[in-house]
Formats: sequence, structure tokens, C-alpha cells
Amino acid sequence: MLLLRFLGSTALSLFGYLGQLMFLMLETVRSLLTTPIRWRLALHQILEVGYRSQLVVIVTGGFTGAVFAAQTYFQFHRLSMDTAVGAVVAVSMFRELGPVLTGLMVAGRVGAAMSAEIGTMKVTEQLDALRSLGVHPVDYLVAPRAIAMMISMPLLVAECVGIGIKAGQFVAVKLMGVAEVYYVNYMEKFTALRDLEMALTKGFVFGILIVFVACNEGLRSKEGAVGVGRATTEAVVIGSLLILVVNFFLTMILNIFFPGGR
Amino acid sequence: MLSVKGLTKQIGEQQILRGIDLEVDAGETLVIIGRSGSGKSVLLKHLIGLMTPTSGQVYIEGKQIVGLKERQLLPLRKTVGMMFQGCALFDAMTVQENIAFPLREAGERDPKIIHDKVAQALEVVDLTGHEQKMPVNLSGGMKKRVALARVVITRPHCVLYDEPTAGLDPVVSDSINHLIRRLQKRFGVTSIVVTHDMKCAAYVADKVAYLHEGAIYFYGAFDELLASDDPLIQDFIEGRSGDSD
Ligand SMILES: Nc1ncnc2c1ncn2[C@@H]1O[C@H](COP(=O)(O)OP(=O)(O)O)[C@@H](O)[C@H]1O
Ligand SMILES: [Mg+2]
Repeated sequence: MLLLRFLGSTALSLFGYLGQLMFLMLETVRSLLTTPIRWRLALHQILEVGYRSQLVVIVTGGFTGAVFAAQTYFQFHRLSMDTAVGAVVAVSMFRELGPVLTGLMVAGRVGAAMSAEIGTMKVTEQLDALRSLGVHPVDYLVAPRAIAMMISMPLLVAECVGIGIKAGQFVAVKLMGVAEVYYVNYMEKFTALRDLEMALTKGFVFGILIVFVACNEGLRSKEGAVGVGRATTEAVVIGSLLILVVNFFLTMILNIFFPGGR
Repeated sequence: MLSVKGLTKQIGEQQILRGIDLEVDAGETLVIIGRSGSGKSVLLKHLIGLMTPTSGQVYIEGKQIVGLKERQLLPLRKTVGMMFQGCALFDAMTVQENIAFPLREAGERDPKIIHDKVAQALEVVDLTGHEQKMPVNLSGGMKKRVALARVVITRPHCVLYDEPTAGLDPVVSDSINHLIRRLQKRFGVTSIVVTHDMKCAAYVADKVAYLHEGAIYFYGAFDELLASDDPLIQDFIEGRSGDSD
């Protein structure tokens, strides 16, 4: 009985939360369609979230690709399938590791920054000041950030995947001594444009998740430094969890449009 | 110009406003005084729709604003400016950008006009030379004056001031009082000034409302307030807590 009630209230608050996100998304879509887009702010955000996230994404992609190639090699070598390592690394990076890891890293770096910034504006009455000057906070704060994320995330994912594949190749060819021609040949044979399309689509969706969770947390942040801290933590935790959960369903759905394998 | 009828506000269990009726005519200055926590800031925020009342009506230039959507309120707010208690300067912008912000939002694109108007506003509040400073590097009094310049640069018909002189030295307070008065005299700006600075009230008030526990306890001219023999009002004016050592 207690368990049922617990599940019930959890489900209710989950739906409530998703409702908040939907509401914010609709308001943003309306803003994008009916008010002039603030490109200067959007560009600033692209610089902030896209350009400045690159180091994090490069390190993540590079070392993930490298370690994944090494592990795959250790297993495949026993079966004398050395040259298949590249194909496995590439497909995994494109379809899962690249988008998910980039998403998680950006949720941490950018989601936290956005929710803290907007939350601070909320508790210092800067949001009220915006409104009192006739400016809708969604137009001024959320819409430019949403544009920036929708542009930046696919590019960051592509960068992560590219670096990961290169790093994997370096480990397999230079350190493990796999024949490069075969390695590259197999990799190209088993990857296709649809893998890239899947990576970019996932990046785009994760970008939307991160930006709306972070902005929603900031806009609803409670008074004081404690409120902002809480909003920041929740933006990162909820953003990351949503990415992992949505990733599963996205994989299932996207497999219909961009089927894996050959 | 501005009026409220039967305004109540409850947040959670707390009844913050309990039925407020007020009317401010065009060009008039109403001073709202009252102890901390009596609901003055909350009342001001209702006047431009930053908060939604539990019940009651708010009228801006004859138009009822309660129940309007945020996007419908935005154009109305351009006629009523508000100076916040904590100044609420945009901390990502310089002084210059803060003051230029309302002009840009009003559609002004010409950098020369913006520059000139900002320079003029800074001169009025005596901050020439501080254009490029960030708000974090300003003293309390400077912040207040930047906030004032930002509010009045677009010449709103009505300005709401939330404790414009709180925490300032007497000289700066005096200059802000003069500014409020000058705006009213020269441009016919309707003003509502929330304060517990009696000097400020004495200087700018046409009418005074004393807010006590979320209701208007006294309404009248400043002289009537001084002449009142109500103990509650006397204590407030004299600054007596009723405690003894
Ligand atoms: N957003 C809010 N949520 C809950 N309570 C609030 C909020 N804003 C103000 N209050 C409460 O309303 C009361 C009046 O606050 P306020 O209007 O700021 O007082 P003051 O007259 O000093 O400006 C206080 O008790 C305050 O705690
Ligand atoms: Mg106050």
C-alpha cells in the first residue's frame, strides 16, 4: 500500500515536471515564431556553450575511443579478429558513446552554468526587472540558449565521435600493431551515413533536453543561495538522467529510420 | 492613473495583503510607508503585474490588468517603470549597457542617440565617468542611482520606487529625493514611493498611505499623518519600538 502510494506520487510529480518542460518548450517555440530572434545573444551563447565546451568534449571523446579500442582489441585478438576493432569502435562511437558522453559532459558543464546564471537572476530580481522593462524572460534568456544548444550539440557530438575514432585507430594501429589498411577498410565498410545521422539527431535531442531542464530549473529557482545551488544540482542530475533514459527510447525509434548493421 | 480595488494576496498560509484599495491620480506622488515585512514590496509588484493577486483588481490607466497573460502585460509595463529594492541591475552588463537597455528594447537603434541619452541620464544622477563599470563594483548609492537612471530613461508616465533611499548616506538620499521631485514637477511623472525614511516622505509626498499588516491603516496628507494621535502611527514616526531596557 505504502509502495503504491509512493509510486503514485512519484508518477504524479514526474508528469508535473514533464508538464513544466513542455510548457517552457511551447513558450519558446512561440517566442521563436512570433518575436524577433536575438542573434547577438544566441551567438554569445554558441561561443559560451559550443566553443568553450570543446576541450571537455575532445578529452572525453579521445580517451573513450582509445580505451574502447584497447579493450576491444584484447578480446578480438584472441579470436584473431584484430582488423574488426575499427568497425566496432566507429559504430559504437557514432551510435551511442559519442552522443551520450557528449550529452552528459555538456549537461554537467553547460546545464549547471545556465541554471546557476538564470537562478541568480531570479533571486536578485533581475528577472522581475526584465519583465518590468517589458521583456519576456523566455525571449531574452531561453530562446537564444535553445538556439545555441540546437546548433552546438550536433557539432560537439560530431567532434567527439571524430576524435574518438581517430584515437581508437591510433591505439589499435600504432600501439597494438593492427594493419592500418585493413583496419580502415573494415571501418568504412561497416559505417555509413546513417550512423552519422543518428549521432547528430541524438545530439540535437540531448541539446534540447539539457537547455530546457537547465532553464526551467533556473527560472523556478527558490530564494537565496541555497535555492540556486539546488537548482544547479537538479539541472545536472535531471538532465543527465533524462539523457540516459531518452537515449534508450531514441535508439529504439531511430533504428527504424537509420537501421544499424548492414 | 493607477488604482487597486480589494487587493488580497496569500502565499501558502501567509496572508500578505488583506484587501487594499488605493488610487493615484496622474501627476500625483503617493508615499507608502510601513514597517519592514508589512507587504510594501509585494504591493508594488502587483501594480505592474509581476505578482498575481489572490483576489482584487489592478488598473493601469483605466485598464484592468489582473488575469492578463504575461505577453499582454509587456506593452503596458512600458508606461510604468519600477525601481527595485535591491536595484536589480543586470550584473552581466556595464552601467552604460544597463541604462541603454530600456532604450534598445523600445526600438532605438541609433548608437549616437543612445550614447547621448545615456550620457545625459548619467549626468542627471551624477555618475558621469562610471559608464564602463560593472554593477558588482559599484557602491550601494551608485547602484541606486544607476537603477533610477535605467527606470526613467524611457520617460514612463508612472514610476514605482521601492525604498529608493534605504541604506544611503544623507547627502545621496537628499539628491534622490530631489530627483524624484524634479521628475514629477518637470515631466508630470506619477510616482509611488515606498519608504520608511520620513525625510524622504516629507519631501516628495502629496499623499501618504500607512501600510500595516497588509492593510491600509492610514491614508491622507503628510501633515495629517504628523498630526495624527494614533499610537501606532506616532510610534512609527518617532521610531519607538515600545521596548525598555
Ligand atoms: N515570494 C514570496 N514568497 C513568500 N513570501 C513572501 C514572498 N515575498 C514576500 N513574502 C512575504 O511577504 C511579507 C511582506 O514582504 P515585503 O512586501 O517584501 O515587505 P516590505 O514591506 O518590507 O517590503 C513578508 O513576510 C515576506 O516574508
Ligand atoms: Mg520591501
